[in-house]
Amino acid sequence: MDTKIGVFICEGCDIGKSLDIDKLKEHATGECNAAHCASHKAYCSPEGVKEIKDAIAANDLNRVSIAACSGRVFAELFQFGHDVLVDRSNLREHVAWCHEPNDEDTQMLGEDHIAMSCAKLSNSEPPVEKTVEISKDILVVGGGVTGMQAALNVANAGYKAILIEKEDELGGWSRKFHKLFPKKAPYRDLEDTNHEAMAKEVEDNPNITVHKSTTIKRTNGQPGEFDVTLKNGGDPQEIRVGAIIQATGWRKYPTKKLEYLGYGKSPNIVTNIEMEEMAKSGKIELPTGGEPKSVAFIQCAGSRDKDHIPYCSAVCCRTSLKQAKYLREQYPDCRIYIIYKDIRSPQQYELFYMQAQEDDGIFLTKGEIENVAADNGKIKIDVSETLLGEDIQVEADMAVLATGMVSTNKVGNKFIDIGPMEKELLIGGSDEEDDEDEEPKSEEAKELLESGKKAAAGAEAGAEILNLTYRQGTDLPTLKYGFPDSHFICFPYETRRTGIYAAGPVRAPMDIASSMNDAYGASLKAIQAVEAISVGKAVHPRAGDLSEFDFFMQRCTQCKRCTEECPFGTLDEDEKGTPLLNPNRCRRCGICLGACPERIITFKNYNIVMHSKMIGSISMPDEFDEKPRILVFVCENDAMPALDMVGKMRMKYSPFVRFIPVRCIGSTNVIWLNDALSKGFDGVMLLGCKKGDDYQCHFVKGSQLAATRMTNVQDKLKQLALESERVEIHEIQIDDYDKIPKLIDDFVEEIETMGYNPFKGM
Amino acid sequence: MDIQDINGDQVSCDLLVVGGGIAGITSALEASEVGKKAVLIEKTPMLGGRVLRTNLYFPKMCPPGCGIEINLKRIRQNENITVSTLTEVESVSGSPGNYEVTLKISPRYVNEKCTACGECAKVCEVMRKNELNFGLDETTAIYLPHELAFPYRYVIDPEYVGDERMKKCVDACEYDAIELDMKPRTVKVKTGALIWATGWEPYDATKIDNLGFGQYKNVVTNVIMERLASSDGPTHGEIKRPSDDNAPKSVGFVQCAGSRDENHLPYCSAICCMASMKQAQYIRRQHPDTEIHIFYIDVRSPGRWEDFYMNAQEDEKIHFHRGKVARITEEDGTGNLIMEAENTLTGEMTRTTVEMAVLAAGMVPTTKSTPPPGDVKLDDFGYIDQDDKSGIIGCGNVMRPLEVAATIQDATGAALKGIIAAKGGNE
Repeated sequence: MDTKIGVFICEGCDIGKSLDIDKLKEHATGECNAAHCASHKAYCSPEGVKEIKDAIAANDLNRVSIAACSGRVFAELFQFGHDVLVDRSNLREHVAWCHEPNDEDTQMLGEDHIAMSCAKLSNSEPPVEKTVEISKDILVVGGGVTGMQAALNVANAGYKAILIEKEDELGGWSRKFHKLFPKKAPYRDLEDTNHEAMAKEVEDNPNITVHKSTTIKRTNGQPGEFDVTLKNGGDPQEIRVGAIIQATGWRKYPTKKLEYLGYGKSPNIVTNIEMEEMAKSGKIELPTGGEPKSVAFIQCAGSRDKDHIPYCSAVCCRTSLKQAKYLREQYPDCRIYIIYKDIRSPQQYELFYMQAQEDDGIFLTKGEIENVAADNGKIKIDVSETLLGEDIQVEADMAVLATGMVSTNKVGNKFIDIGPMEKELLIGGSDEEDDEDEEPKSEEAKELLESGKKAAAGAEAGAEILNLTYRQGTDLPTLKYGFPDSHFICFPYETRRTGIYAAGPVRAPMDIASSMNDAYGASLKAIQAVEAISVGKAVHPRAGDLSEFDFFMQRCTQCKRCTEECPFGTLDEDEKGTPLLNPNRCRRCGICLGACPERIITFKNYNIVMHSKMIGSISMPDEFDEKPRILVFVCENDAMPALDMVGKMRMKYSPFVRFIPVRCIGSTNVIWLNDALSKGFDGVMLLGCKKGDDYQCHFVKGSQLAATRMTNVQDKLKQLALESERVEIHEIQIDDYDKIPKLIDDFVEEIETMGYNPFKGM
Repeated sequence: MDIQDINGDQVSCDLLVVGGGIAGITSALEASEVGKKAVLIEKTPMLGGRVLRTNLYFPKMCPPGCGIEINLKRIRQNENITVSTLTEVESVSGSPGNYEVTLKISPRYVNEKCTACGECAKVCEVMRKNELNFGLDETTAIYLPHELAFPYRYVIDPEYVGDERMKKCVDACEYDAIELDMKPRTVKVKTGALIWATGWEPYDATKIDNLGFGQYKNVVTNVIMERLASSDGPTHGEIKRPSDDNAPKSVGFVQCAGSRDENHLPYCSAICCMASMKQAQYIRRQHPDTEIHIFYIDVRSPGRWEDFYMNAQEDEKIHFHRGKVARITEEDGTGNLIMEAENTLTGEMTRTTVEMAVLAAGMVPTTKSTPPPGDVKLDDFGYIDQDDKSGIIGCGNVMRPLEVAATIQDATGAALKGIIAAKGGNE
């Protein structure tokens, strides 16, 4: 269908006072080929909206450009059904409010805004609503309390859950636990684990199918259509599920790595896990026999230690307080020593700590462990930096090492504190450098890795839990310390594999109460994923987006840039390296579109041609006009709102800049820079988000990839005898609005000093 | 959806979310993105709650606006979510699946025609204390609550709506957006469940009289420090000490100011250690020569936050002192402060003179002063003691002291708890 564009220019909020509206209208219906153009004193008023609706009907318009305020306000007013594509051209915050009124340059800027909007609308199609036949069943991997709770949640919300557990019994770690520290008021009494009742509830639930002694051989496909091959001794069984919750929990830090704390020197030096097992068995005794008269707990055994686990395992302080209570209850005369760096009993758990402090039999001291020795049936612990102000030696019958938690997604046990993000981009891998356990253990993983490697050098085996047949690796990618998250402050459940969510200690060290609570969040996200995908919508961060990518495969050169650079592992590869598309994995960031040198990737409403035409639509004064032009690609998530705030603050900057919003700065294709420079733009600027380990990019790697690409562009400019300084990339935070005007003006000044683009006018 | 006004006096939804901070925003959004109808109410004129008063998040040192903006974008384009500000719950009756809630909507005095052009504020002669900045600066009586305010619309401080001079604003508005005679409204909501996400308040530091807050100008609380460092704060982000507007050459932090103290808050507020280390870091970035002294009982940086603590320890100008501050007094004439503490490592009493002191005051659930209606049980400290059979689901900082990430985690789960509870009545 032909596009029929209507341009509606608002005169309110100083726009009419700053710009010659009649000239803008002429420009719209003249050069910009709009079928209809009108203006109104306030389009956001009910009368204004009605005028637009009437004009759409009277003129059969299917594209509408609202040349008024930012698209971030009045979003709901300017929606006219799915057949009418709307673009918001920001004449208020980006023109009238930050540039000289009734000035030639401001007018030119306004006209270019209208032109870009029309070019954008002419070259995009409204996304199509659709229904997809998918599975809405949810697979829960791991039958500990987190997984059991997740399965119950899924079932209680009205969906079918399939729960798999590698052991022959449900319950996970809680089967080994005697009691739990208190999560309910008054926060002083130990609680039962209750896992047996929970397991029964799970097994009795008609909406939950339980597979015990079962692991995953492989997971094929994409959200809504995951085909999972289960392995449980017999013939492999294949099931189809829509989303996956990984609740595989934690594993213990190996005891052989605890020899520095005396583990192995005496049977009476045990880990907190071994202590828990003893308590569970009904009676705590010295492993060498008899009653312990004194027990020393050594906190942070392996944790908070650069040579071992650098992070804090978060639960061990409370576990030791709990175990001290076991001992004191069983042996009222037993003396307890707890040697800690800091006691970490957050929130209301402080009350539980207070209870231990009230107990005369429990001696708590801060201290650094210098040495642990076994001598004549006694454990001797040298402690420095104690609260007593002197070095002491603690002598006890038994020592308990409060060991920490390692995510089951962590490959190996070596934690290297380097920038995981930069490392990942360097080698295309997905985890930290590892030691002895680096090689895949299972045949399946070896096989998957082999087939993956054939297609894609750099694919890595992960933790061998999900055994995904993804080109980018077999498991959820991890960043630091093996935790598989991607935005752990604002969006803690987001991973880089669409439709797969982690819950419980696989995601971060946490106690049982927190793990069960965590299962609710991950269950919600899994349900949300299948519901969104069933109607063709994207999940976070472009939730609800209906646009879909399209690849023009005849022109693909198998360069593999898209398959390697997608932050979400959307694309697989065939043997030749041609991308295999999995649209349900896509988050619509457009980073593949930015990567593709052949420009074969298109979204109906976001594509190469659209942007090239937008650039082409901008009028280009010749060099004798002394009006430079700077093109700025702006991340719509953070830099664009910041630019809106600049307008709101009425801060002024050069009118020679033209903004083009992008979904992610990583979706900027180099061809657009070529287009701009060959058209005569004197400089190009990219405003994206922070990159590196503390990245703020909503798509994880977009800003990092853009920065890498810009280095290449600058090299290319030199080859063309152009100054590499004509292209700049900056990181802009949403609260950096006060810095933007200077940033822009400085760049314009620099370009003016450098001289105009020699290609201008050619 | 960008509709901030509940039209009519009857609404029905699957979830009514009470509290428009990060917890409530998250719960409402996550449920609405599953296809459930959510109504999100907030008693102040904008969404965002305490996070929009925060300068930076730890440990990434990133601005909260980044995450808020994307959530607001999700709200704008989602037709399943209705937002109502200046709205509070008056009463609740019913049971899971079937609650009837009466809401009171206070007048904003500015209607939906407001374009946020700001002409009204330009002519406004009436000033008010800016509560966003704890009264440290002023705004006009008609004001936009924040650059990221949702709804993006001005509001009049009710205290000044009767002032004759406000008529000038009415005359300045080209859009007939100001209605000085706007009346409060009552709305009935039928809902399957409620999410109670009304958040926290800082502990009143004037109650800790030995620490000098409210007596000495240069003693501030951690929440005030956030405002002093924010670009939209009273000093536009320049960290200065209140008595003379000079950059402080030394800053002392008092951990557990009120928390872990049976005379005040017996529990641990869980976030203050990280918050102080964060503030130490941004003070150091702005004033590289400033010395920082942090007095603590235990440094609590669980999980991967340990990295943040390790980095702070590597900073030669951040000094950690183990010990609780017993007293802060002011030095004569200089405005400097003397922090007396017992060093529990050496046992000696120490006196440290600093130019400015920050009290890491704890968090108090809003449910302590304003208990939720209905049969919701509270623990001794005012936190909700959740009854699993109730359809009123506690969420975020009314359950336990939580930092932002844990709040969002809890709120995502609360959305599902609410969805399940709402089903209860229908089966």
